[in-house]
Amino acid sequence: MTTMEMLTWVRGPGLTLSIVILVLGVTVRLIEMLMLGRKRDISEAREKHSGRYGWRTVVTRSLTPLSATDTSPVIFLASYVFHIGFFLIVFFYVPHINVIRELLGFSWPSLPAWLIDALTLITMISMLIVMWHRLSDKVKFFLSGFNDYYSWFITFLPVVTGYFAYHRLLLPYNDMLIVHILSVELLLASLPFTKLMHPFTMVFSRWYTGEAAGRKGVRI
Amino acid sequence: MSVSLQKGIEAFKQQIDAPIASFFNSCVHCGMCAGSCLFYVATGDPKYTPIHKLEPLRRVWKQEYTFWGRLASRLGLGKSLTDDDLEQWQELLYDSCTLCGRCSLVCPVGNDLVYMIRKAREGMVASGHAPKGLKEATLRAMTIGSPMGVTLNTFQKIVNNVEQETGLSMPFDVQGADYLLLMSSAEIIEFYEFIGAMAKIFKEAGASWTFCSEAFEATNSGIQIGSSDLAAELVQRIVDGAEKLKVKYVISPECGHAYMALRWEGPNLIGRPYGFQVLHVLELLDQFRQQGRIRTTGKETEKVTFHDPCQIVRRGGVIEEPRHLLNMISDDFVEMPDAGKLNWCCGGGGGVSVNPDADALRLKTFKLKKQQLDTTGVKKLVTCCSNCRHMLEDGIEEYAMDMEVVGLSEMIADHLLISEKQQEG
Repeated sequence: MTTMEMLTWVRGPGLTLSIVILVLGVTVRLIEMLMLGRKRDISEAREKHSGRYGWRTVVTRSLTPLSATDTSPVIFLASYVFHIGFFLIVFFYVPHINVIRELLGFSWPSLPAWLIDALTLITMISMLIVMWHRLSDKVKFFLSGFNDYYSWFITFLPVVTGYFAYHRLLLPYNDMLIVHILSVELLLASLPFTKLMHPFTMVFSRWYTGEAAGRKGVRI
Repeated sequence: MSVSLQKGIEAFKQQIDAPIASFFNSCVHCGMCAGSCLFYVATGDPKYTPIHKLEPLRRVWKQEYTFWGRLASRLGLGKSLTDDDLEQWQELLYDSCTLCGRCSLVCPVGNDLVYMIRKAREGMVASGHAPKGLKEATLRAMTIGSPMGVTLNTFQKIVNNVEQETGLSMPFDVQGADYLLLMSSAEIIEFYEFIGAMAKIFKEAGASWTFCSEAFEATNSGIQIGSSDLAAELVQRIVDGAEKLKVKYVISPECGHAYMALRWEGPNLIGRPYGFQVLHVLELLDQFRQQGRIRTTGKETEKVTFHDPCQIVRRGGVIEEPRHLLNMISDDFVEMPDAGKLNWCCGGGGGVSVNPDADALRLKTFKLKKQQLDTTGVKKLVTCCSNCRHMLEDGIEEYAMDMEVVGLSEMIADHLLISEKQQEG
């Protein structure tokens, strides 16, 4: 298989396959979760319409007060930077938007390439800090297993290969592009089977907790 | 597999619902719950990380309710739960968790960790892995009617004594009274000033109230040990007593988990709503204040601060009431750092206070409370839970601090303005 044939495959069937696994996997996991159900709370609610407190927590829990825990400010910041940076790179880089337009038929404005380049560098650095912390912090190291390291690795890989491709480092552009797209496909296809499910399930976990506290009159 | 282990796993399975599955699915092992937990912060030992305490429950969820977990266990892969695991987790699920729920406010993915611990204890009880102290307290609650072994006879004698001391009437079994006042055993034995204080307040407010000889104990060992069956029976006793007397309100005393058991878990435990309303005593006093039914006179001379009982404030929603009441009788009420819904536990909630295995660890955690208290420079600490009060007194003694602990209801009674009409009467 030539480089071009390979590129065609990863852009076509490879991408489709990984998206199918992603969608099916996420759906199955959400269904098996929701099928377990939740008993209606029949205690008299202090606050009616507590669903809105659930939605409130879905939003506000992204801003956990630093003072409430002992996480170091550096890690706290690095965690935000890496999440926001990753999101911006994925959804606001011109070539990525083009792929999304081909798939979904609509698009949105992009960020300038130089900014995406800088964000990529910042994201990589913050991800390295986060991993360094996982290895050096006694609680995080104690909790960590294969899922944690694998999830980090498959998230880091697309960022670093994208950066290398853009700067023509290590491999010729097309070869690096193939590696980059493959790494994205690995990420998409692995997501439902790892802790990278959290963006989907987190909406539910935050809502349940916020709603339960809200009906008792505690806004969290 | 032993029969008890099988029962335990079955109980874990029954507890797992969509919220629990969403919590385990969402956890990214960030470790932030450790930093919010008094046992981790006081010891620095990672095994006290709240999410780690839930490992037995997580394993059952994974093997029973996830596709990959089920597949793995069919293939003989995956780690099954053993009796040894549960034995080891007894310390983590009981000795080192007060069900304070601080972790549930901190988790960035929104996991309600204390909701899970409460449920995980059901599996521990079913498999015979609850601590001895809690088992004994629960047995006393079921057979005698009080975790501290207080009988109706003892209670009535104490009430008679207080009646004679105060000259106030403290009626039993009044049909159709507005308020049924419950007690916690600790109040009956150690802090019985509460009885006189409430009689005084009810009289001033002109409220009809009663004790119930069939249901005077508010505490509920069932929810502490983690047995919904026993918890339901204890709630049912109160519901039967209250509905027989046809009272409008049942007043939960100065006790944290009694309020949780009766107000929030109770209807779900017995499977139906009540024919009366449940109020924490501070909710009642604050209502009386708002309605102008009680007024106070004079102010505290000393600076005071308030310790928030977890089940009443963070998990119960009675947050502003104690503050309104304290401001009524104090010009120098200061909040400690993290006051309100993020306050630190006294160290003895969730059954820890009746579990001697946990004593040394509990006292170690008190250093966090001490740090908080030290910043305020107060000598008078107010609270509204007799268990907290006991634990605070214990810690204050252990750390040789110079501080008095008082119950808020008594403080209000001490400052109560007695109207002329009543003085004449």
